[in-house]
Amino acid sequence: MHPSGWPPALSAVRLHVVSGKGGTGKTTVAAALALALASSGRRTLLIEVEGRQGIAQVFDTAPLPYEERRIAVAPGGGEVRALAIDPEAALLEYLEMFYRLGVAGRTLRKMGAIEFATTLAPGLRDVLLTGKAKECVARVDRDGRPVYDAVIVDAPPTGRVVTFLDVTKAMSELARSGPIHSQSEGVVRLVHSPRTAVHLVTLLEDLPVTETLDTLADLRAADLRPGAVIVNRMRPQWLPDRSVGAAADGRVDAGRIRSGLASAGVNLAPEVLDGLVAETVEHAVRVEAEAAAMGRLRASAASLLQVPNLVDGVDLGSLYELADALLAQGVSAGTEVTA
Amino acid sequence: MTPILDVDALVDDPAIRIVVCCGSGGVGKTTTSAALALRAADRGRRTAVLTIDPARRLAQALGLTALGNEPHRVDGVPTPTNGSEAPGELHAMMLDMRRTFDEMVQSHATPERADAILANPFYQTISTSFSGTQEYMAMEKLGQLAASGAWDLIVVDTPPSRSALDFLDAPQRMSNFLDGRMIRLLSSPARAGGRGLRKVLGAGFSLFAKAVSTILGGQLLADASAFVQAFDTMFGGFRERATATYALLRSPGTAFVVVAAPEPDALREAAYFVDRLRSEDMPLAGLVLNRTHPVLAPLTATRARDAADDLAGAPLAAAVLRLHADRVDRAAREDRLLARFSRAHPSVAVTRVSAVPGDVADLVGLREIGTRLATPDPAAPAPAAVT
Repeated sequence: MHPSGWPPALSAVRLHVVSGKGGTGKTTVAAALALALASSGRRTLLIEVEGRQGIAQVFDTAPLPYEERRIAVAPGGGEVRALAIDPEAALLEYLEMFYRLGVAGRTLRKMGAIEFATTLAPGLRDVLLTGKAKECVARVDRDGRPVYDAVIVDAPPTGRVVTFLDVTKAMSELARSGPIHSQSEGVVRLVHSPRTAVHLVTLLEDLPVTETLDTLADLRAADLRPGAVIVNRMRPQWLPDRSVGAAADGRVDAGRIRSGLASAGVNLAPEVLDGLVAETVEHAVRVEAEAAAMGRLRASAASLLQVPNLVDGVDLGSLYELADALLAQGVSAGTEVTA
Repeated sequence: MTPILDVDALVDDPAIRIVVCCGSGGVGKTTTSAALALRAADRGRRTAVLTIDPARRLAQALGLTALGNEPHRVDGVPTPTNGSEAPGELHAMMLDMRRTFDEMVQSHATPERADAILANPFYQTISTSFSGTQEYMAMEKLGQLAASGAWDLIVVDTPPSRSALDFLDAPQRMSNFLDGRMIRLLSSPARAGGRGLRKVLGAGFSLFAKAVSTILGGQLLADASAFVQAFDTMFGGFRERATATYALLRSPGTAFVVVAAPEPDALREAAYFVDRLRSEDMPLAGLVLNRTHPVLAPLTATRARDAADDLAGAPLAAAVLRLHADRVDRAAREDRLLARFSRAHPSVAVTRVSAVPGDVADLVGLREIGTRLATPDPAAPAPAAVT
């Protein structure tokens, strides 16, 4: 398989679900993807479902309420809105549509009754979250145009993402009829359609790559569509390919380095040179391991994107840098923008 | 000056019976737990390590290929070179969450009642997919291992949750859930809760209960209700054990080790956790800053890059200078992140473990991590001038 960066089918996707092993930076990548997809005058919605306020941290703003609000302006115009879905609030909002709970609703929430109900059926929580996401995808303005060109969900980590999206299974635990049931049928249609893709964020390390490959298989088995595998924190390879193998085995030609340096008039003490050699060996081991990890991903992923490592860490400005990297690899939302 | 976490003093201290390794996901907690336990065993203590979800190769290294919910002896510990006199042993186990739960039910209920609980469909849900079950069972298993008195030292890995705090909160959440008040309210709101509560909530509650049962379905509520009723009689025993384990965590024989990678998120979680331990009076041994990248050659990034620019004709030397410059930048960032943590938590002892290239696949690799855990970082060499 020869993965391309962003095949046309992904531009037609409306619901982008972003997952990844813990610690791979999925929230950051989801935020960068929301920015990239909003570029050139589009509007995207970035949704958080785990109640961690990770989006607020990445965008360096106050904690998000359960309310869609503008959080950033995209490159070339366009905007990103953000929403932190709180499953308890979503359930309450839901119940309010069908029953008038009034003050009792708030009291019950304080007592933990709502949390209890969502705990009783873990699937209910997921149904509420995906249901809200679906509503945002389907919402249209007065002219009948979608309010959002794309909705990006910062989803639970790889270990949980298939369960999260497998609404059919969750529904089988719940009542066979009733309001949530009928809404969920729409969610099932959306998540199993070409309008949804599940992107997996990984690092070029053994464990995250293994988990990514396992999850790709699980997604396909559950009839969910894998989108791009996004390799985060790509670091430069300085050593020429031909030198990597030997260096990784500890064979670094210190003499050649010394004479090379000397040719530029740089003379280093022997212990400094020893340190450089040791660093070079570690660099080569890393490069070799990363190349192997990349090979495993290429063999399984239909689409592969890369995002650079940020030496100074992630801040708001650097999110744009990551978004630009995604745009440069062809990331786009397909909807036509008419002025 | 940040105090140094003396790992050998920790694992050698006969008063320390439990070491709990906490931290957010992906920081190398399981490997750190295994390396600490192995070092303790090599240094003569009879040690058990309770791992939660080890990577395949690490599991193999610890001989955790067969199923089993009890620790078993790891071959090749202590090292033969230590001599046959060394009394240390390493026993390792991997938590089987479902089995631990089953066994707990069986040991607390009459056989008939236990069977009824295990067969309840709702039990399947709670014993496998409730968000706090893994944490609760890890605590239960720790309690069992500690009560057996078979080990000098137990090292515990904690579940790979997003937040390290989950480990402390989940058992309480689970306990609240199982105590049955809510389920009684929901399944028969007319009788439960007492007159006072009914008065406060009034018709709203009945309506809510009706709404919830419309959504969840009568069957689920009936199963849950049957489960909680069957559970009721053993619940006192459960709670007692959870309370006892919690007390164990606060005892002076326990030490918490917080593991973090030199990344802002991981260090932020570590800081939350340290604050929480303090407010709970739980004993913190210190922070393991895992996978750092110390600079091995005293040469500044600027000088290295400038020199590399002048080295068009010597690509190898230029590459070496550039990869060194990147490493200097990275180390400086790691230093800044740690300094920020230590400014807010000046009394927390720290040890840094430099990254091992490649993954840890055997006891030799684990011993190397153990050595790095116990060896304070040599102070970064001062940048020397290029002549």
